[in-house]
Amino acid sequence: MPKKVAYEGRVESWSVMDKDGKTDEKMMPKLSKEQVKEMLRWMVLARVFDDKCFKLQRQGRMGTYAQSTGQEACQIPVALAMQEQDWVFPCFREHPIILMRGFPMAQYLWYWGGDERGMKVPEDVNVFPVAVPVGTQMLHAVGYAWGSKLQGKDVATVTYFGDGGTSEGDFHEAMNFAGVFQTPTLFVCQNNQWAISVPRKKQTRAETLAQKALAYGFEGIQVDGNDVFAVYAAAKHALDKAHAGKGPTLLELMTYRMGDHTTSDDAKKYRPPEEIAYWRERDPIDRLKKYGKANGLWDEGFEQKCLDDAVATVEKAVEAYEAFPKPEPEDMFKYMYKEMTMDLTEQMAMLKRWLDEERQE
Amino acid sequence: MAMVKATLVEAINAALRQEMERDKRVIVIGEDVGKDGGVFRVTDGLYARFGEERVIDTPLAESGIVGTAIGLAVSGLRPVAEVQFDGFVYPAFDQLISHAARIRNRSRGRFHCPLVLRMPYGGGIKALEHHSEAMEALFVHLPGCKVVIPSNPYDAKGLMVSAIREEDPVLFLEPKKLYRAFKQEIPEEPYAVPLGEARLVREGTDVTVVSYGNMARVSNDAAELAQEQGISAEVIDLRTVSPLDKKAVVDSVKKTGRAVIVHEAPRSCGVGAELAATIARRAILSLKAPMERITGCDIITPYPRLEDYYLPNPKRVLNAIKKTMSDF
Repeated sequence: MPKKVAYEGRVESWSVMDKDGKTDEKMMPKLSKEQVKEMLRWMVLARVFDDKCFKLQRQGRMGTYAQSTGQEACQIPVALAMQEQDWVFPCFREHPIILMRGFPMAQYLWYWGGDERGMKVPEDVNVFPVAVPVGTQMLHAVGYAWGSKLQGKDVATVTYFGDGGTSEGDFHEAMNFAGVFQTPTLFVCQNNQWAISVPRKKQTRAETLAQKALAYGFEGIQVDGNDVFAVYAAAKHALDKAHAGKGPTLLELMTYRMGDHTTSDDAKKYRPPEEIAYWRERDPIDRLKKYGKANGLWDEGFEQKCLDDAVATVEKAVEAYEAFPKPEPEDMFKYMYKEMTMDLTEQMAMLKRWLDEERQE
Repeated sequence: MAMVKATLVEAINAALRQEMERDKRVIVIGEDVGKDGGVFRVTDGLYARFGEERVIDTPLAESGIVGTAIGLAVSGLRPVAEVQFDGFVYPAFDQLISHAARIRNRSRGRFHCPLVLRMPYGGGIKALEHHSEAMEALFVHLPGCKVVIPSNPYDAKGLMVSAIREEDPVLFLEPKKLYRAFKQEIPEEPYAVPLGEARLVREGTDVTVVSYGNMARVSNDAAELAQEQGISAEVIDLRTVSPLDKKAVVDSVKKTGRAVIVHEAPRSCGVGAELAATIARRAILSLKAPMERITGCDIITPYPRLEDYYLPNPKRVLNAIKKTMSDF
C-alpha cells in the first residue's frame, strides 16, 4: 500500500508593525485612537511600576520580585481584547495585565511584600491569584472555562505561562482537556527566550511552541509579542472564537525578558549582551511610540504626562503599601478551612501562648 | 424511615445520586466514570440518570482531573472527581498540595475549592503492584484538605453527603476490601455523618482500640476475640483522619487506661504516631501500660503472596491488646 499523509499542520506567524513603528495596513486590527493611547499609557505605567518594584527590592523594602519589563505588549493588548466577564489565570510575571484588569496596585504590592492579604482579589476583579509553581495554573483556567460553559455562562479564560512552562506535564494535560472539551480558553505563552538560565532551544526540539496546539486539535499562532497590534489582533481573534463556542487557541508571543528572572538572579552570567541589544531595539513601548509619533497620537507633552501620571500613581500605591500594618498572627490560621478545626483552634491558642512567653522573657 | 440493604459501593453510589438530585452544581468527573460506572462501579447508573454533562469521562490524566476540578469548583460547580486507584493519585499530588489545599488561604477566603476527590484505598484484595497501598499520612499532611476513610456502608453514605456539602477539598478514601465485603441496613433517604467525628463501635472498660477503614473491622473482630478471654475492649472508628477526633480518643483512654492503635499504613509518622503523641500529652497519667501500635511496616507494600504477612489481622491486634493487659 502506498504511504499517505495522515495529517498536515500549519502555523502562522503574525506581525503588524515593524521595529520602526511602520504598520501593515492589511493586518492592522480595528482600534480607536483612544484605545491606542490607552495601551501606551498602560504600558508606560507597567514599566514605571516594574522599575519601582525592582528598586524597592534592592532597597530592602520589598521581597523577591519578577520583572515584566520588555513583555508589556504581551499583556496590555490582551487585557484590551478581553470582555469584562473574562478571567485571567496568571503565573508570576503578569503585573501589566493584572493591574489593567483592575487589581488595586497598592494591594498587589502587599503580595510582593510578603502579605497574603495581597491576593484577596477584590470581588469585582476577575483575576485568579498569582501561581508560583511553573506550569500548574493552565489547568485551573481550563477548568474554570469548562465549568462556565457547563453552566451556560459566556466566559472565556486567559492563562499565561512562559516557554519553560510548556515543558511541564500540566501544560500538556491542560491543552488536551481544553481540546477535548472545547473550552473557551486562550493559552498565552510568553516565549521570552529564557527559563532562568536555560534557553528556549533546550526546552523543546519543536521549531515553534505554537505548533504544540496542533497536536491537541486546535489552532496555534506565533505572534510578534513586542508588537501591540499583532498581539491585539491575535488575542481578539482567539477570544472571539472562544466566545463563539469555537474552543481554545494557543498564542506563542515572541518576546524577551529584559530583566533577570527575578531579583535573586543575575542574567549577565548566562546571556550574551548582543542578544539584549537586539531586543532593546525592538522594545515594545518604543515601537508604539514611533507609531504614535508618525500617526499624530504621540508627542513629548503626551509622553511626559503619561510618565508623570504613572509616577504619581505608583508613588501613591507604594505609600499605601508601606503604611499598611502587619497582620495579626491569628490571620495564619483563619483561612485554612471555612470553619477552624479543633486542632487549629488549639494550635492558635498555643502559638499565642508561646508568643506571650517569648515577650515576657 | 425506609431502610435498604447496601454494600459500601451501593451506599456511596446512593449518596452521589441523591446529592446530584439535590444540587445541580454537583458533577462527577474521572476516568471510566461514565457509561462504565467506574472500574469498581461506584458511579454506576449516574451517566444514564444525569447525562454526559454531569457525569464526565475525562482523558487519562490524574493531574488534569484534579487541576481542572479546581477550576470547575471555583467556577461555581461542585465536582466529585475519581482517581481510579490510590496508587495513581501521585501525578495529581502537586495540584492538591500546591493549589487545592491552598487556594482559600492564598486568597484569604476570596476563593475556595469545594472538591471531593474519591479513590479506592488500601490493601487486602490481592491486587497488582500500586493497587494496595495505604498512604493517607501523605494527605493528612496537607493543611487545607480533609481526609475521610469510612469503614461501613452507613458511614460511607453519610460521610459522602457531608463531603459533597463541604466548602473545602475532601479526599475520600474508600477501602477496596470493604467495597462488597458485606451489606448493611442504611436509610434510603439522604443523611449526613459529620466529618471529624469518631464513632464508638463498641463500649469497653479495659483497653481502647483506635482505628479506621478496614482496620476498624479488624479491630472489632479482635475485640470480640478479647471478649472471649475476658477482656473488655472499647473500639473507636475515627472515620475521618483529618481532622482527627482527638477528644474521643483521649476521653476513652482516660477511662480504660490502655491504648492500641491500628492502621495498615506504614508505621513511622503515620496517623498512629500523632494519636500516640496526643495520648501521651493528654492522658499519660491515666495510662496503666505502654501504648501499642499495630501498623504496616515502613516497607513497600508487598504483592499478593506476601500481603497477609503485612496487613494487620485480628489475631495480631488481639495479641497487642493482651500485651497491654499483661505486661504491666
